[in-house]
Amino acid sequence: MVGVLTDAFKGFLANIQDYTFMATRSLTNLLTGPRYFQDLLDQMDDVGVGSLAIVLASGFFIGAVMVLQTGSQFVRFGQTALTGDIVSLALVRELGPTLTGILVAGRVASGMASELGSMLVTEQVDAMRAMGTDPSRKLITPRVLATILVLPLLTALNDFVGLLGGCVASVFSLRLGAVEFWTRAIDALDFPDIMQGMIKPLVYGFILSTVGCYKGLTVRGGTQGVGRATTQAVVVSNIMIIAADVFLTKLSLYLGDKLF
Amino acid sequence: MSSFSSIDAAYAPVEFENVCVGFDEGDILQDISFQVQPRETLVLLGETGTGKTLTLKMAAGLLQPSQGAVRVLGHKVSSMPENELLEFRRQIGIVFQEGALFDSMTVGDNVAYRLREDRLDEAEIEPRVLEILRFVELEHTLDQLPSELSGGMRRRVSIARALVTRPQIVLYDSPTAGLDPITSQTIITLILRLRDVYGVTALLATHRLQDGFALANFRFDPKSRSVVREKPGAKKSTDEPTTRFIAYRDGRIYFEGAPEELASSKDPYLRRFLV
Repeated sequence: MVGVLTDAFKGFLANIQDYTFMATRSLTNLLTGPRYFQDLLDQMDDVGVGSLAIVLASGFFIGAVMVLQTGSQFVRFGQTALTGDIVSLALVRELGPTLTGILVAGRVASGMASELGSMLVTEQVDAMRAMGTDPSRKLITPRVLATILVLPLLTALNDFVGLLGGCVASVFSLRLGAVEFWTRAIDALDFPDIMQGMIKPLVYGFILSTVGCYKGLTVRGGTQGVGRATTQAVVVSNIMIIAADVFLTKLSLYLGDKLF
Repeated sequence: MSSFSSIDAAYAPVEFENVCVGFDEGDILQDISFQVQPRETLVLLGETGTGKTLTLKMAAGLLQPSQGAVRVLGHKVSSMPENELLEFRRQIGIVFQEGALFDSMTVGDNVAYRLREDRLDEAEIEPRVLEILRFVELEHTLDQLPSELSGGMRRRVSIARALVTRPQIVLYDSPTAGLDPITSQTIITLILRLRDVYGVTALLATHRLQDGFALANFRFDPKSRSVVREKPGAKKSTDEPTTRFIAYRDGRIYFEGAPEELASSKDPYLRRFLV
């Protein structure tokens, strides 16, 4: 029993070590050539444009739900005008980046794990190495960089559409004026809030893409293994995103207090 | 097709020296030593799971042995770092068992992949791709995806992809596995053409003895552009391509020799391949 637990722990540590090496290399590859610019653009298109629909749709409804929930409480105190402030702060600081990260992880991390996993089991990755191409540069770095670059943009769009949804809900449900809602929503935001909301997706993008690539390139057990890796990629990246959120929030609040 | 790179005769193009390789479940190959001479085709014979593919992967530097040394084209690939191996692998061609074509790319892009990696001009790439596809008689599939091709066609595209850089050595991993006899013959004819016309040195893993004997007993005649049977007992000059066999059993070399020796062997294990 002790032996099994020891082996499992060693395996866990080995996985963390391999993941750390792979994740570090995905960025250090940028310092030297060859670089695959076309692959980067393709991945930005896939991650960014491909995720746009789910991010915008869910962002709109999340903003609307936020207004309905907070508005119903503010009505009791006659402070419905504060709805714009609360929704704006919650979306920009927290819900926008984190929900975008989780939504994109569901689509992109799983896609990366299944695509790279399929390439691995059909020997396409070996074929790539056999033809003198470093899979880390060709497959991992463009995916990681594309996700890091695109996720803040998706988050900004999610924030905007969320506020739009909140505005619609507040106009029709709380009978607030659209101008009043937008004015309060924008005035409530300071630079540290926007900084917090834009730093988080950079980290989430790194997490979900490296986890997706790692799970894909460590597939064992053929097509069944690809399915398992896909599920694990989503689960692990979501947990890591939420865990990272705690530390990033604390760090951002600290920096916000100290610097601004 | 343009000529392939020639091999420096000062060393054996492929040399395995006391190579062992194993995984958690134990050693798969033990104490493997052999050489492949220039223009020679070495047929690795063995049942499924005896380590033929591992041998090819070690020759390509895709896998490191746990003991021993692997030298290919004068490079000690068993101890080279990955960045040097990437450069080294550009000198060899590998045909994977299932083709391993990039399924999101067209046939033309698959074949051109390595040339584009080398940053060649598109004006130079296109004729070379067409030339090599013409060699495997698949010029018309240029814009098709691998999923639109039959198994035999995919294997031929894989051969074309391996040959596009005119390598000095080609490693074939069960190139006829899972193919019907007629398609298998087409693949063997291609390998014969490469050997007899371009003098390519090859390491070919297979469990089908008939493939090995086809390589030993036939040759491609460039004049008539057809496959002809070797005259029995005819003496070969030293620079003519030769074929030799190695049979694996239980992770070790069980037999090494000429086709005639294998054909006349009375060993019960080897006879199983002959039936």
